[in-house]
Amino acid sequence: MATSEIYLTQSNDVAARTIGDDTLIMSTLDSTIFMLNSVGSAIWNSADGATPLSRIVHERVCEEFDVAEDEAFADAREFVDKLAAHGVLLVSETPATPKEIQ
Amino acid sequence: MSLSMQLPGTEPNHDVVIEIGGLPIEVQTTDAEFERILKGRYRDYVRPGGASQFALRVELTPPETFDADADAEVWMEDREWQMTRGDFRATWNPIDRCGQVWQSANPFSIDSVLRIVHTLMLAPEGGFLLHASSAVRNGKAYLFSGVSEAGKTTMARLAPPDVALLTDEASYVRKVDGRYCAFGTPFAGEFGEPGKNISAPIAGLFLLHKAPENRIEEIEPASAVQRLLRNILFFAHEPELVRQVFESAVAFVAAVPVRQLSFFPDQRVWELIG
Repeated sequence: MATSEIYLTQSNDVAARTIGDDTLIMSTLDSTIFMLNSVGSAIWNSADGATPLSRIVHERVCEEFDVAEDEAFADAREFVDKLAAHGVLLVSETPATPKEIQ
Repeated sequence: MSLSMQLPGTEPNHDVVIEIGGLPIEVQTTDAEFERILKGRYRDYVRPGGASQFALRVELTPPETFDADADAEVWMEDREWQMTRGDFRATWNPIDRCGQVWQSANPFSIDSVLRIVHTLMLAPEGGFLLHASSAVRNGKAYLFSGVSEAGKTTMARLAPPDVALLTDEASYVRKVDGRYCAFGTPFAGEFGEPGKNISAPIAGLFLLHKAPENRIEEIEPASAVQRLLRNILFFAHEPELVRQVFESAVAFVAAVPVRQLSFFPDQRVWELIG
């Protein structure tokens, strides 16, 4: 399966906090609240703009949660698309520049 | 010795200082009838004499000046909060700690303005107003929060005689000397009675859930924050304010036990409280 890499960056328009295994994210634009479980939290906390999603899935999801790579990647992609649709995660086909990450 | 005089051509002041949550706001008016309305509505919360560091100047307008069907909107413009609803328009300057209200001579409009202004004053210091009834028992405050019909007013109605009610509608949460305290408020819901003007350290927040039996259940902290956020009153969706409210909820859950109270609506539920 050939897929182009994508890179994730946390939006600046959110307030977020990981509490225990879960992560709460609140959009500062419309006050929508999202609660991520431990797998979602692993992806969220790795969204540094520089690490491709495939590596995040491999290192933070498959290895830590013992999930098959294809299944994990498909689920992660769906999860990312949902958060991106709400403007919580920014998705790019190229790594973010240091200025963008700030 | 204090001196006062009325300048020729000016109207006499009929100001009323209303102190809620330890924050006194001087409501300034030149209308004697409006002063009487305020003193009746806020009787236990009127601070006798003296000025305040917070002030709201009320300019009375004829009824139906504004769109009566409009929802309340709050936004920041030129470093001043702007508030509008069908029955009032108001401003609040957080730096100068003063504002202006345009409304007719009724207690409902100023009540809403006061609620909004208090949420704006509390947010930067980690406090908030919460959709919750609250009460003091044995020197400790307990909050009962939930959506409409969850049982806030029911908990207030079922309270035994040794319980002092702070509110059945909007609980006032503020940090005092590093501890979260609940204050009485005049903001009443279905109960129709203002709360007692006292305060106490908060010993617990219960998220209400009607059930066949009474039971207290632990909640995961992240879930507690999420449910708390749903019940915090904040009217403005300015990014900085949203961040403050979010951080306040996280800090509150870290400091105060937040649990679910499943309850059957009779007096036995109070055997679990305090």
